[in-house]
Formats: sequence, C-alpha cells, structure tokens
Amino acid sequence: MAVFRRPARLAAPFFGLLALFLAALAGLPGSAGAKVFDPVSFTLDNGLQVVVVVNRRAPIVHHSVWYRVGAADEQAGESGLAHFLEHLMFKGTESLAPGEFSDIIAANGGRENAFTSWDYTAYYQTVAADRLEIMMKNEADRMTNLMLTDDVVLPEREVVREERRSRIDNEPGSQLGEISRAVQFLNHPYRIPIIGWDHEIEQLSTEAAVAFYDKWYAPNNAILIVAGDVDPAEVRALAETYYGVIPAKDVPERERVVEPPQNAPRQVKLESPRVRQPQVQVSYLAPSYRQAENNDAYALQVLSEVIGGGATARLYSRLVVEQGIAGSAGAGYNPTNYDYSTFTFYVAPRPGGEVAPLEEALRAQIAELLANGVSEEEVTAAKKRLVAGAVFARDNLATAPRVIGAALTTGGSLEDIEAWPERIDEVTAADVNRAMKGVLRDEQSVTSYLLPEPTS
Amino acid sequence: MRSPSSRVLGNPVMALLVAATIAFSIVFSAVQARAVEVQRVVSPGGIEAWLVEDHTNPIIALELSFLGGAALDPQGKVGLAEMVSSSIDEGAGPLDSQAFQGELDNLSITLRFNAGLDSFSGSLETLTENRERAFELLRLALTEPRFDEEPVERIRSQIIARLSRESEDPNTIASRTLRRLMFGEHPYARPVNGTEASIAAITADDLRGFVQQRFGRDRLFVGVVGDITPAELGKALDETFGTLPEKAAPFTVAEAQVGNPGAVVVIDKPIPQSVVALGHQGIKRKDPDYYAAYVVNYVLGGGGFSSRLVEEVREKRGLAYSVYAYLAPLDHGAIIAGGTATQNARVGESLELIRQEWARMAAEGPTAEELDDAKRYLTGSFPLRFNSSDNIAGMLVGMQMEDLGIDYFDKRNSYIEAVTLDDARRVAKRIYRPDALSVVVVGAPEGITATQDAPSGGS
Repeated sequence: MAVFRRPARLAAPFFGLLALFLAALAGLPGSAGAKVFDPVSFTLDNGLQVVVVVNRRAPIVHHSVWYRVGAADEQAGESGLAHFLEHLMFKGTESLAPGEFSDIIAANGGRENAFTSWDYTAYYQTVAADRLEIMMKNEADRMTNLMLTDDVVLPEREVVREERRSRIDNEPGSQLGEISRAVQFLNHPYRIPIIGWDHEIEQLSTEAAVAFYDKWYAPNNAILIVAGDVDPAEVRALAETYYGVIPAKDVPERERVVEPPQNAPRQVKLESPRVRQPQVQVSYLAPSYRQAENNDAYALQVLSEVIGGGATARLYSRLVVEQGIAGSAGAGYNPTNYDYSTFTFYVAPRPGGEVAPLEEALRAQIAELLANGVSEEEVTAAKKRLVAGAVFARDNLATAPRVIGAALTTGGSLEDIEAWPERIDEVTAADVNRAMKGVLRDEQSVTSYLLPEPTS
Repeated sequence: MRSPSSRVLGNPVMALLVAATIAFSIVFSAVQARAVEVQRVVSPGGIEAWLVEDHTNPIIALELSFLGGAALDPQGKVGLAEMVSSSIDEGAGPLDSQAFQGELDNLSITLRFNAGLDSFSGSLETLTENRERAFELLRLALTEPRFDEEPVERIRSQIIARLSRESEDPNTIASRTLRRLMFGEHPYARPVNGTEASIAAITADDLRGFVQQRFGRDRLFVGVVGDITPAELGKALDETFGTLPEKAAPFTVAEAQVGNPGAVVVIDKPIPQSVVALGHQGIKRKDPDYYAAYVVNYVLGGGGFSSRLVEEVREKRGLAYSVYAYLAPLDHGAIIAGGTATQNARVGESLELIRQEWARMAAEGPTAEELDDAKRYLTGSFPLRFNSSDNIAGMLVGMQMEDLGIDYFDKRNSYIEAVTLDDARRVAKRIYRPDALSVVVVGAPEGITATQDAPSGGS
C-alpha cells in the first residue's frame, strides 16, 4: 500500500534503467517522420559534447552529465568500481566538503541522483531553471576536482555492500539473474554485475577509485545534457564558463573483449524455500544498435512488441488468456548497449501450475515463430503502437535526457534518435523474420529456472 | 531474471517509469504560478472537474477517485477493491477482454485503476486524436464492466500468485506485520491485496456489487491536464460520468486507534540483511500542526542526503543504504513510520541510532538552521512536481479530496514558510515518541530482543 511506500532512494537506481529506457523508446513520438526531441547540440573546444532540449512546460530544468565509462570498463578483480566511484562523487572536492554539493542542491529546492550501467555513469539534478548556473558550477567542479580520503570512502564502501545485500543477496530472483548473466556472456564483462561481487567490493580502495576517476573522467569523455525551460545560447555561455575551462586529457579507447562462438545452450537453476512462484526465462545473445547489421535492431524491437508488447500480444494472449497455463508471459529486447544485448522471453505458471508444460508451451511458441514468422498485419499493428506511443516521451521532462544520454554513450547519435520513428516504420515482416533467425538459436541461449525448494 | 509482468501488477515498465519520476522535481511559487493555472469546470449536468489546460503536446491525462476504498472490503472478502481495480478493464459493454485491451493497445490509450485504503482511483492517458474513444472506454469500464469468467479467474490467479510471491519478500512482510501490530482489528490492518483465502472467496457478483455501491457521483473527484478546452471537458464529463448513480451507498469507517506501543516483533528469515519497519501514532492531514510536522519530519528522515537519520546511520557509519521516516496520514487514522535495512550483525546498533534520533528530535526539535534548510528545500522543490501531465492531474484530485482549495498551488508554500522554530519544537515534542515505537524486524537480527510474537493474520 502506498502508505508504506519507501521513499525513492538516493544514488544508483541502475537496475531500473534499462527497462526505463525501453519504456522511453517504446513510448517514442507521433507519426513517423516527426521530430522526437528536436535537440540542439554543439561541442566545446575541450571536447565536451553539449545537448540542449528545450521544454517550456514548467520553469524547471534537468541537468545531467554522462561519462562514457561503466562497469564493463573495469579491470579484472575490481568489479563494482565504476558504481563505487559514482557514490564517491558525492564526497566533496578541493573546495567543497563531503555532501556539500548535495546540501547546496537541497537548499535551492533541487533534487539529484546518479546511476551506473555497464556502459555509462550519469549524474543529474532537477531544479528551478534560474538555478542552472549553480548546478553547472558544482557539477563541473567535481568533474575535475574530486577529493577522496579514507574517512569518507570506507564507510561508503559499507553502504554499497548494504546496497548489494538489499538488491541481490536478499532476493533469490536477483541472485539467479546474476548467475544467468554470468553464463550468458562467456568472455565479455557484461557477465559481471554492475554493483560488483561482494568479495571484490570489500577490497576496493580509495587509490583504485582515484585512479579510475583520473583515467576516465574528463570533458572529452563526457556529455552534458540540459533539458527544460532554457535558451540554448545561454546554456552554451554557461557551459563554456564552467565546463569549457576544464582541460581535455588523454582518455583510453574502450577495449572490450569479444564473445567466442557460443556452441551450447546453458541452463541455470536456483531452488530456494524463499521462492514461492516459479519462473522461467529464456534469453538469447542479440546484437546492440552498434553491432546490428541491416535494420536488425529495429526489426527485433518490432518482434518484441508483436510477441511481448502487452495484453493482446502473442505470448500473453496465447499462454495466459487462451491456454490459461501461464500467469504472466512476455518478452524484452533493449539494443542500447555499447556491445551485446539479449532478447528475452519469460513465463510464470499460474499458482499451483507446473513449470515443465509451460516451458514446453513457450518453446512451441518460439518454434512456431521461427517456422512461420510474423505476419505483415502483426508488424503493422506493432509499428503503429511503437510510433504512436512516442508522443508520450515528450511529456516527462526526464525522458529526453535519459534516452539521449544512453544513446550517445553507447555509440548512437542524435540523428539515430530523431530517425527512430522512421526506422521503426520502415521495418517489414521480412526484416523481422530475417533478424529473428540470427538471434533465436539454441546454442546462444540461457534458460534460467527460479524454483521453490523441491518437495521430493 | 526480469520481474514477471502479470497485468494484475500493472505494467512493470510503467511502474519503473513512475517510480523514477519520483526522483525528479522543481522550484518557486512565484515562478510556478505562470506555469499552472487551475480551472474549475462544471459540466452542464453538474459534474465538476479541475483542469490545467495545456496544449503543448497532443496528450490528455485524467485522474479520478471515488472516496471509499479497501477499508470497506467485507470481512472474508478482503481484497475486493483490489480485485475490482484489476478486472474492471477486462471487458465492458459489447467488448470482451481481448477486444477491450486490444483497443487500448492499438490506440495507445493507458487506462489503469488502483485500490487504496480510503479511495478507489483511476487514470486515463490518451493522444488527443483518440480522446472520444478513450473517454468512451473509461465510461464502459465504470458503468458496464462485464466481469466475464475467463478474465476474472485469470486476474484471481494473478493476485494469488503475487500474494504468494510477496509472502517471502522481507519488505512486504515487515510492512504488513507492522500494520497489523499497529492497527489491530481496524480495517487498516488488513492487506489491500487480500489473502489467498479471501481472494478465492470473491465472486463476480461481489465485483458487480462493488461497482453498483461505490461508484456514485457524490463521491467522485476528477482532475484533468492537457490538450482539452473547458467546453470540451464539460461535454466529456457528462458523457463519461453522467450515467453513474447520483449517490454511492453510504458508509462509515471507525477511527483507528494505534496499538501495541513499544512492541518488538522478530520474524526469522534466513537472509543476510534484516529489514526493519517501525512506527507509532501520527498526525492527520487536516491537523493544524500538519505542515509543521511535515517540515520537522523532513529534518529527521524525510529525504535527501541531509536528514539526521541518513547522516547518522548511512553517512557516518555505513550501516545502511536506505533509512527514512515518513508521515502516513489516512482519513481515519494516522501514523509516523520509518525503516531501514542492515546486515544482521548490526541491527541492534542501527535500531538504537534510530531511537536516539527520534528521542533527540522529540526533546530538542530541529535547529534554526535545519528548519531554514528544510523550508528552503520544501518550498523550492514544490514546482518540481509539475513535471508530467499525470502527476499534475493526480495533484488536482488530491487537492479536492483533501479540501485544500483551488488556489492551493499558489498558497502551499506560504503554509511551509509560516512554520516557526517554536512551532517546529512544539510539534516535534508532540508527535515523536521513541518509547511508543512498534518495531518489526524480518531476518536473522542480532542485538534485538522480541517482546511478543507476530500478530496473527498471516504475512
């Protein structure tokens, strides 16, 4: 009940982010060909890319800085360092005491948070439009002047370990998710959890955090996004004043290892007395926007909508409504990653129902999909829903920065975002049927079972 | 593994989006006045709605609420309001479930209902071009829901699945147990979602009876934001709500007495981190001291990195990721509650710190500087709530239900500004009672002694 709602917590809601971005994209703008966010963009002399989205609905502004670095850029043995540094960015600079920037934000009626993914780390504030300068001054300060000591770093490491216990160690479903990723990726660092393995988090040092910061945090490795009731020329002047003076530095190229051929399907199973409702997930290695050939990344989004996009999509209408064997069923695909993505199906039986027949029914749906493909009618309806929903993406001030930041840190461009409705609209049933054949292959799949403790 | 997306739970992706928007916000009363003008619209048929007209995007958001919620669920059929909220959009009038949901999907219309303890609410969001059909689908759901066997059984199974899942979730166990501990025999103690037995007992006739008894125009409150004129809205109000009964069935809810002060309950679970929920008697929304309490509670544990609880428990000692306190004013009772989650070995220490801060606030109140900072944040951030159409529509409904006045957006910050240091100290002493805290711990805590068993009623 809402009365017992926990307040939105500070720092690092990274688990929701991918789904959030999916929602944002699934909710993209009006008719094909319409502008999505209509951003203005320029680059400062030091290499900082700046994006401005004017939105005058309310006299407020959303200010965020995105760094092109995330958990997948950590060195072996230092898992969780990108996220740990995100927490430590609130611990002061040469001129500000630990927590002082947060106090300044609060005193100006602003709200703030930050989050970390495998590919990016972002910090944001929402505040009255006339307080933008204060946010810029202090965000720019911690881009280059972060000051860390063991006094503030060591207690925060315990906070992160408590965060891990809350999100993962107390939740069997999250524990399984961690293992599932670790076997989905045989070689690529996406196999390692963003928050890190506990035995490595507890060894992370102040020196390691500072080294990571020095290596990756620089204007030429960042994107500044300002959305709201602002004038792009004024944003430019402020950005030059505060961010423009920070020198560029040599930032290494991202070196990400490549997956070997995946030659065998994998299964993982977690059985616990704390699991009361079983669930099965089948995930397949899939291309990201950056990797995809042809228009496969768009075709796979249409596929996801056809089979998993709501109460009348294939999986729900067939397995939940018609056959009545599933309590829930769906699919998901998010191509906004620097490297690989996954295409995922999930089902849960109705209470008391068995997992085996439901898994069989899901696999029959996948087999039928591969044998017969999707129809032109299904594709047309799915595209209409995807494209029509896009108008709603403009309603919430925070959506544009989230979509733009995630795209620009994973190899996408503003042109890609603005062309999204058109590219979705161009997808044909033949595109969908071609793209799915490259993805829905047993040998690159992981099946994950979340099960109650066996009774036998 | 992804969380299951049973429809009963609402769309999980949207839920995330909503959850995420909580983190966003804004600024000043003076500035905000130019952004938001509230109009009272009364339809030719006499139905009232509050409107913020905004033609920026071709979107309309409508929120509605009927006074009277899950606290009225009959004994043995707890969860009735919740089950109505999940099945009322599963077929109506000539449309069966898949036809109804198919229209919503194909027209990109979002229609959702939600059961609270004191009210039953709904929200509609549509593109302007589909406005008429969207309002018609809302009308059908409210006045001609079918409750066909297939969707009713499907929704029933989904609610039971959720209850089953939640029965091992430490956060849910903690909050439900605390509610039972504090509210005892009062309906506020019962789970809005029901129990497996009560959900199994609800019939389609029960669902129909709820709709007939609860949905009356005298209990209806409507807020609308977006691309619609007052004249268009007036017509739509009559078309949508005009055929509802003039009056809902009368009801009363007893005033809740908060019981079991000082109790400590431990529920053993083999998990590495204990979840702590605690609370005692609170303060109602209409109490003249409410705003002072709101400001003081912000200082204690209401938000941001700067609360006393966060400073002591998280920042100084690294004992928790999350620690907080909040006011929960209900129509017929009120509590102040809080919580944290910390590794088992340090639960005793964390709880002691929370009690100390509770006591210090009761004894001393906030400092002048803390009060000033809190007021600056709470007034400065008010405009941040105006960040999306559905948020604003929800506030318009809340203002009507709480009788805050149509000029509330302009006046609200003056209520915060008016809180003096004397007020804050007096009210802190009045509302915080560390010895009265009822505490529930779920996990394998150390340093905690239970004073009694968990109250019955299942978790």
